[in-house]
Amino acid sequence: MNADVVREVFFWGVGAIMVIAALRVVTTQNVVHAALYLVGTLMGAAALYVLLLAEFVAWAQVLIYVGAVVVLMLFGLMLTRAPIGKANYDNSQRPLAAVVAAVLFGVMSWILIDAFSGTELELAGENAPRTQDIGAVIFSSYVWPFEIVSVLLLAALIGAVMIARRDEPEADKEVGS
Amino acid sequence: MNWVIDLIGGPQTVIAIAKVLIVFASLLVLMILVVWAERRILADMQARIGPNRWGPFGLLQTLADGIKLITKEDFRPQLADRWTYAAAPVIAAVASFLAFAVVPFGDEVTIAGHRIDFILSDLNIGLLFFLAAGSIGVYGVALAGWSSGSKYPLLGAVRASAQMISYEIALGLSLIPIVLVSGSLSTKAIVAAQAGSVQNVTFFDGIPVLESISRYFEYVPNWYIWSQWPAFLIFLIAGIAETNRAPFDLPEAESELVAGYMTEYGGAKFLMFFLGEYLHIVTVSAMAVTLFFGGWNGPAPDFLGWVWPLAWFLFKTGLFVYLFVWLRATLPRLRYDRLMWLGWKRLIPASLLWIAVTAVVNIDNAQLSRNWKLGAFGVMFAVVMVWVGKGDPRLRSAVSPQRRLDGTT
Repeated sequence: MNADVVREVFFWGVGAIMVIAALRVVTTQNVVHAALYLVGTLMGAAALYVLLLAEFVAWAQVLIYVGAVVVLMLFGLMLTRAPIGKANYDNSQRPLAAVVAAVLFGVMSWILIDAFSGTELELAGENAPRTQDIGAVIFSSYVWPFEIVSVLLLAALIGAVMIARRDEPEADKEVGS
Repeated sequence: MNWVIDLIGGPQTVIAIAKVLIVFASLLVLMILVVWAERRILADMQARIGPNRWGPFGLLQTLADGIKLITKEDFRPQLADRWTYAAAPVIAAVASFLAFAVVPFGDEVTIAGHRIDFILSDLNIGLLFFLAAGSIGVYGVALAGWSSGSKYPLLGAVRASAQMISYEIALGLSLIPIVLVSGSLSTKAIVAAQAGSVQNVTFFDGIPVLESISRYFEYVPNWYIWSQWPAFLIFLIAGIAETNRAPFDLPEAESELVAGYMTEYGGAKFLMFFLGEYLHIVTVSAMAVTLFFGGWNGPAPDFLGWVWPLAWFLFKTGLFVYLFVWLRATLPRLRYDRLMWLGWKRLIPASLLWIAVTAVVNIDNAQLSRNWKLGAFGVMFAVVMVWVGKGDPRLRSAVSPQRRLDGTT
């Protein structure tokens, strides 16, 4: 079979799964199921990266988004409330959310089409990006964005700890032990 | 016959499919042996006899237990979330199988003109794949606990996800020094870098006794364990915690949580969790062998070409499986706050420190004395860690923080 045909079939198949999963994230009436559909979408994105021969990005996506971000969401849900069965999470902000989502979709689509419309990428095995190349680019050309993002994440981390931290009462100081 | 092979993508595809099937079947057989071995070794350590009735030395006991579990009634709690409840054990088992895809279990062999690597998939980002597969395993545990609709499984699942996320960080950080030293994320390349023996040790030249001893270093295999033992210790501790094995088996602590996240599971579904857990032990052992103990490298006589590497790999992995069982027989379970203290306040800082040490040593490209410099830095590092590891005074008392807060001691 022709490799291009296989790739095309694979792309549209994964794309369809991603769209269906993304729709189910917002329409399902169970928060844990919504998180699981989100995993489906993220895994689809990882599959598309593999299709573009970007293995490093693909598995980093699985490791970080599927393995950490959604797991933390599930963890948070279980610690608070995640009832089995259906629940209604709609509120009065529904129309506003629809408008924001539509605007975001339009802007993102327009930017992507405007920037990459008609661009053809060479995906020969020789030109496939290596992990070494990605590292070299991140720590040379893109070192400032990288550092700013890392400082931002660190600030968010410390902020979260400060908010979650409960000031320990006096009783904590070795009562009768 | 030929047109069928061409239709599915040529001989390479056939080889790949055959390899997957053979490895899958071998792992299942290996599981039976590992479960049997654990029961026999545990029994021996506890001065019991262990299973000895069914087959020679009781070898078929696990098989009998497996058949019993499969033929049991397939029940589901009334409050359970149907699909998630059914999917969780599958995710747990599949995630464990996935990680084995990047483990090189032998050298290559040529059959009928086709070169066959003894590794399922030589990804050039193999270590990343290993970590990603491990992180998917958390889903099996977390979803099982939630979907059971019962309180003990939920508590077990919350514990398990917190523990696995915490120790995953230390596990990932402990791999980075290996990447720095070997310059590759591919497991195959890492094994290749550990071939042969330690050569040209000039570090002790001029020191009377040590110089004569250092001649014998050419008989010492060139494994990363010599220079990277702190990374190995962190990897081992985090790996045991990742597999939820004793002394880190809090997610299924039977005295507190019945059986944790798998309380509501029985029959074939329970078997899947069981399979996943033991497979995870084998995968972590195989990864430890691959990264720190030279993988399939070992002395190989001329006859039986490809069998030797495979035998060495299985032998080394078996030793680690034995270690896992030994630890279970020896160590009591950690208290939860001490588990988190160890993961966040000791293992993660220690691994970050070791990455810094390895990176600094590695800047200099002098190949000759690198292993020895790393060894010396290791000693310094140990001194620092003993000082750091004196412990958190709040954890030193036998009273848990909650009871201390209540003042009911």
